[in-house]
Amino acid sequence: MEDRHRMHNFRSNTLPAIVMVGPVTLFMVLLVAVPLIYVAVMSFCSIDDNYNVVFQFTWKNYVRLANADYMKIYGQSLLIALITTVLSLLIGYPFAYIISRSDSRWKKLLYMLVIIPFWTNSLIRIYGWRTFLGSNGWLNTALQALHIVKEPVEFLFQRGTTVLGMVYCLIPFMILPLYTAIEKVDGSLLEASSDLGARRIITFFRIVIPLTASGIFSGCLMVFIPCLGYFFVSEILGGGNSDVIGNLIERQFQSGNNWPLGAALSIILIVVTLVLVKLFQKAGGNMEDLGM
Amino acid sequence: MGYIVELENVDKIYGENHVVKSLNLKVEEGEFLTLLGSSGCGKTTTLRMIAGFEEPTNGNIRVEGEAIEDKEPYERDVNTVFQSYALFPHMTIYDNIAYGLKMKKVPKDEVQERVLHMMDLVQLGGFEKRYPSQLSGGQKQRVAIARALINRPKVLLLDEPLGALDLKLRKQMQLELKRLQKKLNITFIYVTHDQEEALTMSDRIAIMHDGILDQLGTPTEIYEKPATRFVATFIGETNIFDGAVADVKDGQVQVTIENGIISAKDFMSKSGQYVTISVRPEKMKFRDTPTTDFTIPAVVKDYVYVGSIIKCVVELPNGNEIRIERLAGQELPELGTTIYPYWDMEDAVVIHGQEQEMLRAMDSIQFS
Repeated sequence: MEDRHRMHNFRSNTLPAIVMVGPVTLFMVLLVAVPLIYVAVMSFCSIDDNYNVVFQFTWKNYVRLANADYMKIYGQSLLIALITTVLSLLIGYPFAYIISRSDSRWKKLLYMLVIIPFWTNSLIRIYGWRTFLGSNGWLNTALQALHIVKEPVEFLFQRGTTVLGMVYCLIPFMILPLYTAIEKVDGSLLEASSDLGARRIITFFRIVIPLTASGIFSGCLMVFIPCLGYFFVSEILGGGNSDVIGNLIERQFQSGNNWPLGAALSIILIVVTLVLVKLFQKAGGNMEDLGM
Repeated sequence: MGYIVELENVDKIYGENHVVKSLNLKVEEGEFLTLLGSSGCGKTTTLRMIAGFEEPTNGNIRVEGEAIEDKEPYERDVNTVFQSYALFPHMTIYDNIAYGLKMKKVPKDEVQERVLHMMDLVQLGGFEKRYPSQLSGGQKQRVAIARALINRPKVLLLDEPLGALDLKLRKQMQLELKRLQKKLNITFIYVTHDQEEALTMSDRIAIMHDGILDQLGTPTEIYEKPATRFVATFIGETNIFDGAVADVKDGQVQVTIENGIISAKDFMSKSGQYVTISVRPEKMKFRDTPTTDFTIPAVVKDYVYVGSIIKCVVELPNGNEIRIERLAGQELPELGTTIYPYWDMEDAVVIHGQEQEMLRAMDSIQFS
């Protein structure tokens, strides 16, 4: 009798569980786990003389990546990501603060101003910058028409232009978590601080900043990590001295036709990302702020 | 005694909402004043205007005679205990309490001494290194009070500070707050919707209703001589009779109500005036026969036992219920019998005013 009961329970709980969790699990396995394993396996493969992938184990790809030329680009990529992150934070924080403190009508409008570009293809937007900044672009035409400069200024193909494009593309990723964090700060805490004698600027540094630290962490992470991979920004706007890790990967898969080397680079990028996420967690960041 | 806080013709209007209507209020130095009223009556807005979180639309607010309505909250010598406590979650209890002193750049040694002393005073010794999330509701409440009091404000503003606590803790904190207030001799302005709390703690109570100050007085005055119909019903339990004055003689009025005639002591009313009479349940008496002054019959419907008190519910001919209250063991009429309620003339409070005029205008009283 009891056994039959148990049977019944078992069946009635398992079927719904499979129905509910099954598709998600299948998706995760097919779309995340399998490709990841494929990349990892690929990174230890060799190529023959015709650049065909050969399934033969080798460390060679990783050894090649330890070369000084690659090292320089990793460093450069980290530097660009760092500058982009700092600039995004400095621009994004006041903006997020203003959105969250505006009344609801303005709030919606300002929020849309962040969201709409976020929904637009970034490649198109980056080409827009190229048209704007090019030697025959709008900015140069305007500057010449106003007789501020005689010759077109070379805005493009500088490291700074890459950073500009990166900030432009990634700043929504900074503003949105910051906005969420600032919204969560209980207004009565700000009143209490003011009530206890703190001017606004002191309240900002003593109460608002510490209470939004987790938003700051996640915003920085969500700008820093993609910045290492956004190859098209440096490709379209940047010159030769602004390559990021993403450019290296792209070249190995495209013109270089060396998939195992590209896969090894990808693995390095993934490891860097995981290390940063781990550090974020250690620093007290909330994984939910990253959408995890 | 001088007035420490004065509000003069203060209005607060949000869009179409007139939240506080030409409020005049003078708070005496060292007193415990309660702003009492139901939600939306403007009491919290009034408090927030004194604190500086809201700006009055019109009128003046003075602290120790000095106009403060243009000052920022951080420039005012008043401190607030918030309903939600508003403790800084990222700071220890010590840092929370020390916050105000640090803002005033008080030397470190003195900060430490004062914080520790204050923590002892609110019985939180040993909690310095804890964080607000590690405390119970009652403990958080004490931190909030200590954090405000340590600044030695001229006035302490308390916005329903005990609202989130359970009944037992609330009673205990009521006594403690009162003790602190007497000990430190700081003026308290206390906002609550709990009339019992107001009666227990206050030196004076200001009853607000729809943005208007209905009555300002000691708890006894408010209980025994309510100025408006609202005050009479809001404070304690009472029996209310609306009617028109039929006859005035020798400082006594006879009032016609729906079910007959009742009487009360009153020198103010004129014949034909609409009045409200309020009689506390414990003042109600009853007998078997009507008199010329009291002609309303009532049927005994029900008994409610509340500890040592028995409440007797009797029904008037129009279906309205009134209550007679006695201590257990005292004489009460039998269930189902008809009685004639009455009272000693001086035990009834006759209320005149706008509300009664409105009743007349609405012609809501039907006479039999």
